[in-house]
Amino acid sequence: MSGPSTYKPSTGIEKWLDSRLPIIRLGYDSFVDFPTPRNLNYWWTFGGILAVFLMIQIISGIVLAMHYVAHEDYAFESVQRITRDVPFGWLIQSMHANGASFFFVAVYLHMFRGLYYGSYKAPREILWILGVVIYLLMMATAFMGYVLPWGQMSYWGAMVITNLIGALPFVGDAIREWLWGGFSVGQATLNRFFSLHYLLPFVIAGVVGLHIWALHVPGNGNPAGLEIKDPKKDALPFHPYYTVKDGFAIIVYLMVFATFVFYMPGVLGHADNYIEANPLSTPAHIVPEWYFLPFYAILRAVTFDIGPIDAKLGGVLAMFGAIAILFVLPWLDTSKVRSMRYRPLTRWFFIFFVIAAIGLGWCGAKNPDDPVPLLGFKFVYLAQFLTLYYFAYFVVILPVLGIIEKPKDRPASIEASVLGNDKS
Amino acid sequence: MTKENGAPGGHGEEPTRRDFIYIAAGGAAAVGGGLVAWPFIDQMNPAADTLALGSIRFDTAQVEEGASVTVMWRGGPVFVRRRTEAEIAEAREAGLNSLPDDLARNDNLAASAPAVDANRVLRPEILIVKGNCTHLGCVPLGPGSNTGDYDGWYCPCHGSHYDTSGRIRRGPAPENLPVPDYYFEGGEESTIVKIGLSPEEAASSGWQAADASGAVA
Repeated sequence: MSGPSTYKPSTGIEKWLDSRLPIIRLGYDSFVDFPTPRNLNYWWTFGGILAVFLMIQIISGIVLAMHYVAHEDYAFESVQRITRDVPFGWLIQSMHANGASFFFVAVYLHMFRGLYYGSYKAPREILWILGVVIYLLMMATAFMGYVLPWGQMSYWGAMVITNLIGALPFVGDAIREWLWGGFSVGQATLNRFFSLHYLLPFVIAGVVGLHIWALHVPGNGNPAGLEIKDPKKDALPFHPYYTVKDGFAIIVYLMVFATFVFYMPGVLGHADNYIEANPLSTPAHIVPEWYFLPFYAILRAVTFDIGPIDAKLGGVLAMFGAIAILFVLPWLDTSKVRSMRYRPLTRWFFIFFVIAAIGLGWCGAKNPDDPVPLLGFKFVYLAQFLTLYYFAYFVVILPVLGIIEKPKDRPASIEASVLGNDKS
Repeated sequence: MTKENGAPGGHGEEPTRRDFIYIAAGGAAAVGGGLVAWPFIDQMNPAADTLALGSIRFDTAQVEEGASVTVMWRGGPVFVRRRTEAEIAEAREAGLNSLPDDLARNDNLAASAPAVDANRVLRPEILIVKGNCTHLGCVPLGPGSNTGDYDGWYCPCHGSHYDTSGRIRRGPAPENLPVPDYYFEGGEESTIVKIGLSPEEAASSGWQAADASGAVA
C-alpha cells in the first residue's frame, strides 16, 4: 500500500535532509500517512506491543550484561547480586525475566490472529514466513537466556535440549560436543550462550525490519480479509488513528506487565532455578519455561518407533516439524477466503486448534504418566491425541476444508463491512 | 557461463580467457569462503585445555558393597558402583536378546562388542559407567534412593530403567550407559582406578572383548 509519498518537508533543515537522506520521509510514509484499513480490531495491536517488548528486552538486557558474569562459578551469584545489591537491579532483572514471558504471550496472540484472519495468504506469504523466522529466533534467544542464571532448571533444561541434537543419526554426538564446547554442558557452553543471547535480539530487530517492509508492500490485512480498494473510503492514516489505538493497547498491556514485575516477579519462573546448577543431581521434574511447553509435550508424545526412526529421534522430528510446518502453511490452506469470519466450518476447527495448543501446554507441564483429571487416562495419551490434531489441522483439515467448505457472503468492501451495509 | 558478462565468446563459441577467469574467480571465492568459515566453526569444538582435563584418579576402596559413588569427570557424573554377588549374578543372567541395546558401549573395547556383563566391567565387583541417561542426559537415581525395576538405576525424567550392569532395560533411553576408558593403576592388587585415559593405554590394561555367551575369549 505504499502509494506516492505525501511527505512535504516544511522547514529548511527538513528540505536539506530530504534531498540527502530521506529518512523523515521514510518514517512519515511508514508510520504517519500510511493508509491502514479502517476496520482493524484490537487483535491488530500486538505487532506494536511486540515492537515495544523487543526494545524492553534489548535495553534491560544490555544493562544486565553490565553486571552479569558468564562463568559457571559466578553466574548464579552474579544474578543474585543483581537482584539484591545493584541499584534497581531487582527491577531491571524482573523486567527482563518477565518481559520474555510477555513477549511470548504477545507473539502467540499475534500468531493466532494471523491464523484466524488468514494473514499468511497471498500476497503476504513472505511476511508470514519472516514472522516464523522471528519466532524461531525468539525461541533460540529465550532458550539461551534461560540458561544464563545457571540455576538447576537452566542447567538441566540446557542438558535435555542439547541432548536432543544427539538423537540425529551419525552426526548427532559430534554436533552436540560442538555445541557444548566440551563433554557436557559447562563453562564453554555458558559463555557461548551468553555471546549468542546478546547477538540474536539484534538479528531479530533486523528481521523485524524486513517483516515491516514486507507488511508495507501489500499493507495490513484486516478482519474482513479484503484489500483496500479505495483508500479514501477503506483506509485511515496510521497516525493518529492507529498510533492512538496501538498506544492504548500498549499501555493496557504494560499495566498487566507491571503487575507481574512488581507484585509477582517470580510467579512465572520455577523454584528449582533458585538452586545453583549441579551437574551431579537432576531435579525431580525438568520443565521448560511455559512458552515451550506445547512443543515439549509434542516431543514427549512420540513414545514409539516409526519404522527406522526410534522414539527419541521421532520426538525431535515432531517437535521441530510442529514449527517447520508453519513455513509452508500459506500453501497448505487451499481456501481463497482469508478471514474465518466467513468460514463457518473452519472457524470451529480453528477454535479447537487453539484449545489443542493450550492443552499441549498443559500436557507439557505434567508428568506424562500421571492421569488426566476427570478423564482418567495418562497425560501422554492426551498429548498424543492433541499432537495428532495439531498436525492434522495443517496437513488435512485446512487443505480439505478449503475445497469442500462453502464460505459465507463477504462484504463488498472494507467500508461496507464497517458501516454494516453489507448488501451494497 | 558468459551470458551475463557480455564478453566475447558468448553462445556456442569456444571458451575464452574471460570464461576461465570467471570460473577461476568464482572457484577461488568459494574455496576462500570455506577456508574462512572453517576456523569460525571449529572454534566451538572442545578446546585443548578442555581435552587435557580428560582423566581423574579414584580409589574404589571407599565404595561400600551395594553402594554407588558419583564422581565428576569431564563436567559430568560417573558412577562407581561396588556390586553385590546377587547383583553380579543378575547382570550375568540377562540374555543378550532381552536387551534393547545389545552393544557393550565400552570405550575400551571395539564398538561391535556385545553387551554381555563381562564386556561392561574390568573386575566383576566394580562397575564404572557414565552417569547421564542416554535419553536426554538426566542423572539417573541409584542405590540409596531408587534403583528401578532392574535393580540398577532409574531415571526419573522419563522413566528409563537400567540393570545392575548399567544396561537399558525399559524406557525411552536408546543405549546402555557408556563405560568410559579406565584401568586400575598398579596392577591386580590396586584399588586406584584411573578414568579417562587414551585407548592405547587401555589396550594394555586387561580389557578384552568377551563373546556373546559371556566367556572371555
